[in-house]
Amino acid sequence: MSLSYPLQVVNLLAALLLLISFAMLSQRRVVGLITLFAWQGAALAASTAIIAWSTGQHHLYYSAALTLILKVIAMPWFFYRIVRQLDVNREVESMLNIPTTMLIGIVLVIFSFNLALPISQMAGTVMRSTLGIAMACVLLAFLMMITRRKAITQVIGFLAMENGLFFAATSATYGMPLVVELGVALDVLVGVFVLGIFFFQIRESFESLDLKHMEKLREK
Amino acid sequence: MSTGILLQIAQTLIAILLAPLLMGWVNQCRAWLQGRSAPPLTQPYRTLKKLFHKDAVIAHRASPLFRFAPYMIFSCMVLAAGLVPTVANDLPFSPAADVIALVGVFALARVFLALAAMDIGTAFGSLGARREMLVSFLAEPALLMVLFTASFISQSTELPVIVDTLAHREFAIYPSLAFAAVAFWMVSTAENARIPVDNPTTHLELTMIHEAMILEYSARHLALIEWAVALKLYVYSALGIALFVPWGIAPQGDLAALPLAILALLAKLAAGGAALSLLEAVFAKLRLFRAPEFLGTAFLLGVLGMLIHFLLEV
Repeated sequence: MSLSYPLQVVNLLAALLLLISFAMLSQRRVVGLITLFAWQGAALAASTAIIAWSTGQHHLYYSAALTLILKVIAMPWFFYRIVRQLDVNREVESMLNIPTTMLIGIVLVIFSFNLALPISQMAGTVMRSTLGIAMACVLLAFLMMITRRKAITQVIGFLAMENGLFFAATSATYGMPLVVELGVALDVLVGVFVLGIFFFQIRESFESLDLKHMEKLREK
Repeated sequence: MSTGILLQIAQTLIAILLAPLLMGWVNQCRAWLQGRSAPPLTQPYRTLKKLFHKDAVIAHRASPLFRFAPYMIFSCMVLAAGLVPTVANDLPFSPAADVIALVGVFALARVFLALAAMDIGTAFGSLGARREMLVSFLAEPALLMVLFTASFISQSTELPVIVDTLAHREFAIYPSLAFAAVAFWMVSTAENARIPVDNPTTHLELTMIHEAMILEYSARHLALIEWAVALKLYVYSALGIALFVPWGIAPQGDLAALPLAILALLAKLAAGGAALSLLEAVFAKLRLFRAPEFLGTAFLLGVLGMLIHFLLEV
């Protein structure tokens, strides 16, 4: 351990990202999932800001701010609203039971740590050892998308995957100003996705909850 | 050497005497958080005193094991309290057992408790014993994984070396310990019969685990078991302090650091007890068949901690 303290904090935040990814895998309620997603965004924003501060890469400040605004404030707020309006905060039904999912998760983590080891040795950044964690986050979010049935949890899984990708980009190549543009572009994409699923959700709930639900909507 | 032995005795005595106080503090915090008026801080001492003055009632069919078990459980917990450094580090008794043996000491106490619970042959006793075994055989590997994570960092399974590495070397942030800390909290709720795995205040047959096992005990036997439970909570808190916030424990042979070490210990125990009761207030008790999932998660977090150690800290 010869890293400087800011980088140690980034390592800690990276570990936290992975921890939150696992917590999301094991979370049964949609609202809890959204809260965890917001925390993941917060950890990501904090780590990006610390990397920006400690390496002097000023453009990373923009991406940190972007993450903070979009993924910690705007999107969770949006999701909370959807959940409240559609009343979908019951237990998330998953294809596999939770312990099996967690076991697969551990295998994915070992796989991605091994995979990232040779790659991270080629990267020239100080943060290269966290690349394995970023890959693990991507794969875990992937796993969540596969094992969950509800559209809203799948979107959250997709966003969590984007978090992982963002972290991978920051830890492997912070020198590229492209990272900012990549982040923005992906976020816009995600926004479109969210809206698409939003309409899909309404359609789905109208099919299942028909008149009663429409009355509730009209009252508001 | 003689100061070492004196310190060892003093540290063990502090543990035995402070343990009911810690229990009282946790109960008090819990009562405040639930909006009840809290029992006094010294309530566990009064309960113990009351129990020691009563006459023991023992079932006709009880074997000698039933009478012997409380003494065994209590002495196991005293032994464990002697092993974990709380005030001073590297005392003469600590080379006797490393963290793996410490887990073994806990297991020994648990086996005796379960045997004594089944000894009388009531339905509740064997029900509690089975549940306890279900929970603890899953909690034990998770606890070992937590301890292994700390052992990998300090390259030793001896608790004094772990404390020395974490507290007195150059300060470093270990991300793996963040995982280990969460896993440790989960394991310690299971091992100490706290919410979310077990509820220490309930006597409802559907949910109780620990209380079902000690239903048949009374008077001095019950007092010893209650005291052992308090000691176990204290030892787990001390273990958590030694692994995750060891700053303040006096290094070997440093007598001048002792008063500060005692103050630090009291402050950390107070904060830890408050945090425990807060977490108990926040979480709901799990169904019994959710407990394996909960402890499986603890185990996975422990394994993840080790993986993170190899990725980030080697």
